[in-house]
Amino acid sequence: MLTTSKARYRAPAPLGGRPRRRPPRRRSSGAAWGMLTPALVVLGIFVAWPMLVALRMSFTDASGFGDTAWVGLDNYVRAFTDPDVLDAMVNTVIYTALFTPAAVITALVLALLVNNSKVFFRSFFRTALFLPFMVSLAVGAFAWSYLLDPQVGLLNYWLSTSGVQLGNVLQDPTLAMPTVALVGVWKNFGFYFVIFLAGLQDIPASLYEAARVDGAGVLRTFRSITIPMLANTFTFVLVFAMIAALQTFDQIYVMTGGGPYGHTQTIVMEIYDAGFGRLELGFASALSYILLVATILLSVIQFVFFGRRGKDLS
Amino acid sequence: MSAVVAARRRITPGGLGATAALIFATAVALLPIAIVVFTAFKPIAEVNAYPPTLAPGEWTLDNFRRILDDLPLARLVGNSFVFAGGVTLFALCFDSLAAYALARIDFRGRGVLLAAIIGSLMIPFQATLVPVYQVVSDLGWVDTFAGMIAPRAADAFGIFFLRQFFLAIPRELDQAARIDGASEFRIFRSVVLPNAVPAVMTLGVFTFVNNWNDLLWPLVFTNSQEMGTITSGLTLLTGPSGIVPHGVMMAGSLVAIIPLVVIFLLVQRRFIESIATTGLKG
Repeated sequence: MLTTSKARYRAPAPLGGRPRRRPPRRRSSGAAWGMLTPALVVLGIFVAWPMLVALRMSFTDASGFGDTAWVGLDNYVRAFTDPDVLDAMVNTVIYTALFTPAAVITALVLALLVNNSKVFFRSFFRTALFLPFMVSLAVGAFAWSYLLDPQVGLLNYWLSTSGVQLGNVLQDPTLAMPTVALVGVWKNFGFYFVIFLAGLQDIPASLYEAARVDGAGVLRTFRSITIPMLANTFTFVLVFAMIAALQTFDQIYVMTGGGPYGHTQTIVMEIYDAGFGRLELGFASALSYILLVATILLSVIQFVFFGRRGKDLS
Repeated sequence: MSAVVAARRRITPGGLGATAALIFATAVALLPIAIVVFTAFKPIAEVNAYPPTLAPGEWTLDNFRRILDDLPLARLVGNSFVFAGGVTLFALCFDSLAAYALARIDFRGRGVLLAAIIGSLMIPFQATLVPVYQVVSDLGWVDTFAGMIAPRAADAFGIFFLRQFFLAIPRELDQAARIDGASEFRIFRSVVLPNAVPAVMTLGVFTFVNNWNDLLWPLVFTNSQEMGTITSGLTLLTGPSGIVPHGVMMAGSLVAIIPLVVIFLLVQRRFIESIATTGLKG
């Protein structure tokens, strides 16, 4: 289809006269749809169609074997009444509440430090702090498990020499979740860090100059210039981090498998277990839709702020 | 760093304090990576010694020999390259074609299509995993590269990302080609694409790294060890089926991260900048 449109003759744009606003619609439409076809086929088969199948399946008891019966809202009722699933939802919220502020504040503080022109080795810090984002969460999880090992873990040993006894954190019902959240922070903060850094560098230097001329101190400048100018970047990163937290899987699968006693079981772990472990496809589809709705709610918040920011700039 | 810059920067207590804080943060951030590198070369006695140490007293390749016995390492790394490379190649081709049409051709239905693509940015892949597996299974593609690659051969994020970049390329560049009667595809290939190399490269690295590192996807779409990736293959060693010594795990982990670190160090400056500015901040 691309070669045919290429071969066809196109009338040149009128010279000197009123420029044509757009090329003839029909011909360009052909080219446009031709160029869109490969992507649309992929997205149609592997995103749009599965979304419809999953919606239908979420109202059935599909299991991958035998007959499938319509069960109405049973899967959704079960999702909000089954104690294990409710625990997974609560755990996901706890993870989000631990991960999001820790990751965002770490990233922001480091970005503020690296953005300070009096600091040395700034480009080295920028690269080095971004590096964990390139390492897989699975590998990060192996490394942290070993560092925190109660017998031979280096970090455990260092902390014990300074009087902090951690014990076996991954088997501890209260410490397991903060530990997997910490690994999530370690993996992701670098990404938020570079976004903050770019946001800081977008603040016009003239504003700081004016503040200096007016005799504003460091704290005053930070409160009156940096915070308001960075507010939109901050909102963006915050929502982005919350969405990432909802989808946590890798380090939990590697480090705790959802344990101890389900204390780190999250919603994506639950989808994986239901869909691919127990083959409860209908139920897994209902859980997927619940995750989808939660993600969309957060995204809508993000787009609302995003849109407002666009207006501010224009 | 040039002498001019160094001379201009005054040494202040604040600057030194912030630098010290950053050195500490960087040390914490790099500690897990350092432990992977050092432990991979430690003899087994040192790995399990108390008190533990960071760097090996004696360097050995035993852990690498051992992991070659436990895992088909070359095969897994090869699979990772085929999977992540295949996804990247297809996604860059399909996404950039679609992004060009959406950014630079005025056609009926464009607004609706763009809204649909932006809307589907919100769909996490975890939410469609079960039905996508059904589709792949119906096609008979479970445990094949086709099954792993095809569902990711195009994605809404890549299309949106490249469209934003294509919009910013001046339209005047097309004019000469249009007067010559060039087709849209030709303008795409010889005008727009050469001007979008940084964006395409950033998306390529991003896609490659994400797929190389993905754990859930290969766990779901492969069921034989021969088709796993290095990321999913390593987790087989930690499960209930087998507890493998830490040194061996770290040797495998080092093999898994070396290709990414090499790619990253080659492109890092431009990559970080375009992620921060073009990609996500909007």
